Amino acid sequence: MADEVFDKIEETVKNNKIMLYMKGTPDFPQCGFSAHTVEILRSYGFPFASEDVLANPEVREGIKRYSKWPTIPQVYIDGKFVGGCDIVHELHERGELEPILKTAFGK
Amino acid sequence: MITAEEIKETLSKALPVTLVETQDLTGGGDHWQVIIVSSTFEGKGLLEQQRIVNEALKEPLADQRIHALTMKLFSPAQWEKLGS
Repeated sequence: MADEVFDKIEETVKNNKIMLYMKGTPDFPQCGFSAHTVEILRSYGFPFASEDVLANPEVREGIKRYSKWPTIPQVYIDGKFVGGCDIVHELHERGELEPILKTAFGK
Repeated sequence: MITAEEIKETLSKALPVTLVETQDLTGGGDHWQVIIVSSTFEGKGLLEQQRIVNEALKEPLADQRIHALTMKLFSPAQWEKLGS
């Protein structure tokens, strides 16, 4: 299936070390899970890109099919799907997120 | 919306569960937190574990009966370690 939205997503997640698909924007999140994910990512100080899926229904549906994951937010590090809010939270709590981020940024 | 019983029943049918605890986070019946202890989580990564639950609850997630789902998943050994 030729899928333009998949190509677009693939390019985006490859071109950004950390890519966050969320509801709303980092400064104005429209959902508690998106807000919490932003909060965790910001705590590490690494830059991250984000896309507001509410502003783009095609991406909102496409991203779920791309990762085979039914919910938003979704975090990608180094082009790889890491998980949603629960998983990012859990990795953060376990101290496993920082090494992943440091590796992505070559530190 | 969905009931706690429906969630428990659906999960119990889909995977071997030692424990399922549900919490309706908003009282509206569509924002849920589930704690699941299952041997199927043994040795699996977080992503893989949650994929199993997402798959089990695919229908209510797709038709929005469950709008938001927070998961805390444990293997029996991990659960034991927590002293619970």
